[in-house]
Amino acid sequence: MGTEQTGAEIVVQALTDLGVEVVFGYPGGAVLPIYDALFQQNRIRHILVRHEQAAVHAAEGYARASGKVGVVLVTSGPGATNAVTGITDALMDSIPLVVLTGQVPTHLIGTDAFQECDTVGITRHCSKHNYLVKETAKLGPVLHEAFYIARSGRPGPVVIDIPKDVQIMKARYDKPGVISHKTYKPQVKGDLAAIEAAVDMLAAAERPILYTGGGIINSGPVASQLLRELAKVTGAPVTSTLMGLGALPDDHPQFLGMLGMHGSYEANMAMNKCDLMLCLGARFDDRVTGRLDAFSPGSRKIHVDIDRSSFNKTVRVDLTIQGDVGSVMEDMLKVWRARGHKTTDQKAWWGQIAGWRSRNSFGFEQKGESLLPQKAIQRLYEMTKAKKPIISTEVGQHQMWAAQHFGFHDPNKWLTSGGLGTMGYGLPAAIGAQLAFPGALVIDIAGEASIQMNIQELGTAMQYRLPVKIFIINNEYMGMVRQWQELNHGGRYSESYSDSLPDFVKLAEAYGWKGIVIEGPHDLDAGIQAMMDHPGPVVVDCRVAKLANCFPMIPSGAAHTDMILSAADEVGPADDDAKALV
Amino acid sequence: MKHLPSERHTLSILVDNEAGVLARIVGLFSARGYNIESLTVADVSDDHAVSRITVVTNGPPPVIDQIMAQLDRLVPVHRVVDLTDWGPHVEREMALVKVAGAGEKRVEALRLADIFRARPVDTSINSFVFEVSGSSEKVNQFITLMREVGLVEVARTGVVAIARGAEAV
Repeated sequence: MGTEQTGAEIVVQALTDLGVEVVFGYPGGAVLPIYDALFQQNRIRHILVRHEQAAVHAAEGYARASGKVGVVLVTSGPGATNAVTGITDALMDSIPLVVLTGQVPTHLIGTDAFQECDTVGITRHCSKHNYLVKETAKLGPVLHEAFYIARSGRPGPVVIDIPKDVQIMKARYDKPGVISHKTYKPQVKGDLAAIEAAVDMLAAAERPILYTGGGIINSGPVASQLLRELAKVTGAPVTSTLMGLGALPDDHPQFLGMLGMHGSYEANMAMNKCDLMLCLGARFDDRVTGRLDAFSPGSRKIHVDIDRSSFNKTVRVDLTIQGDVGSVMEDMLKVWRARGHKTTDQKAWWGQIAGWRSRNSFGFEQKGESLLPQKAIQRLYEMTKAKKPIISTEVGQHQMWAAQHFGFHDPNKWLTSGGLGTMGYGLPAAIGAQLAFPGALVIDIAGEASIQMNIQELGTAMQYRLPVKIFIINNEYMGMVRQWQELNHGGRYSESYSDSLPDFVKLAEAYGWKGIVIEGPHDLDAGIQAMMDHPGPVVVDCRVAKLANCFPMIPSGAAHTDMILSAADEVGPADDDAKALV
Repeated sequence: MKHLPSERHTLSILVDNEAGVLARIVGLFSARGYNIESLTVADVSDDHAVSRITVVTNGPPPVIDQIMAQLDRLVPVHRVVDLTDWGPHVEREMALVKVAGAGEKRVEALRLADIFRARPVDTSINSFVFEVSGSSEKVNQFITLMREVGLVEVARTGVVAIARGAEAV
């Protein structure tokens, strides 16, 4: 303390003081001083990815699995622009990241210098906040502030752009005490009067439902425990968004499964028919609500969220409670008990739910030679569940089938790109999660198209001896695109066939991985077992039925009650208004 | 929600006086499809640390609420106040209005300017530049009248606004 250090040394010292253990990155001209400082220490481990987008997804996977802030280090220009997709992904899914980007020296900014880009301009709207640090003395305070902003309130990515001369100049660095910000003050504690009103509404409801989301995961493992208690005392059914899976165990009797476009029939019907909806850390996303004017018409709605801008954005609610969802649930439970509320009689409500459940909307029938993708994921779940695996996914049909057929029992085990829907997310995210939990079974459930978007990361996993498993649901199509073309575009499969696929086994072997093919139902279990038995990284090329569709489905522009349960229910082609929706 | 009738709201936003803050505010409006009728910004503190941005926007009430919430969560924003909801406040705008002409039109221009308490701040043998300030309606009306007597061009500041009474917002 007190002595002067270079900017690069300050970056490394501040990261160390902040408890950072792993940085995901890729070197380049404008970050060489920081890489030099990293070389001369051994407290922070640097993971060299093969593409900067993967560095950000890996940091996301690390953050989601561990609950810590993910850290990324990339160079200026293409290093920064390659990171943009990952940064946007983290913003949409509220994942805490700090992304350090190199920049050309301050005197060259604005001259179109080599590998210069306006990083703060480009990332202004895809980050929670960003900085261009022009003085070395400010680096330490900015880094500490950036971590505080990234992990507090509604978490998100924070970008720090550091010109090369700022990395080389010297300044004093002192570890700051408790960080507070003069304008940014997230509200953690919910308003007590609103919480009391919410509890009374809940206690008086005949057909309540808890609609839970990623906010519960972000709040920390305690929030998932509190949700279990809240479910117990209220006796209410619980449904979850894609982002919130694992907060309540999949086999919990009150759990109705995921809701939304590919959610369960009972979850969507219960959302539609409830008289009281308690939304906990979810945001009424268009994938969840379906047609807005038909969304849960008869219910009163309570919305708990840490971000005020989530309130009334798409759905008008009756009561808002701004605060951390864990803190609010804790207060709700206290008030519930203090007022001596009892679990209400919901016999009729649960009777209705049992009727919807009996439709078995996630059901499928495996017959014949071609393996159904649902069956593949169901067996993968059954055979691996004892190991409490961490699952990442890419984006598409396989992602929805994984959400439907893989059971999640704990938070932080399910890593998927929900908001942005980024193909190529799953492999780097699995690498990040494996680094956070080296002993865990980490599986990327992938599609044959998505996996090719960041396939180069096979090299990263090999370099760091990470035993990641990739389970490719290979139907030779960009399946979700093909499904929409079938439903909305007359079955004209424009550019959605995965032609010229690589031999995934040879590809795996070229990188030093093990490759396994599953040809059909007969060798499914053997293939999964071989994958689990191999101590190193494995690619499984699981060949499935080519034209299977992901059901149930709420067609675009339709209401919860208009769910298609199976191919037999398929409606005619969508009208133009519906076709215009995504 | 977007089908409700649109309302005009004047927002006062106190922000850190730092590079990029204006871009954050303006970018938020364009990215989310909100309207900007006018926008003014200037440093308003002794130590040059805080700027006040005044935005006049329009939209249905739920959209105005969203705009407020979105602005409020930007890290460098100290405070956002919807002056239209807040209550009594003063809104003023200033314009520089150039007119050219001779003879009776020139005399009429000067006469109208006098009625509007607009001051000539530049004069040539065949032109005036008038400084006019007041509500946007008054400025609009003055400009409309000047069209009849040789309007050449207009520069306007956009609205600045402040709450009435002794309290700061």
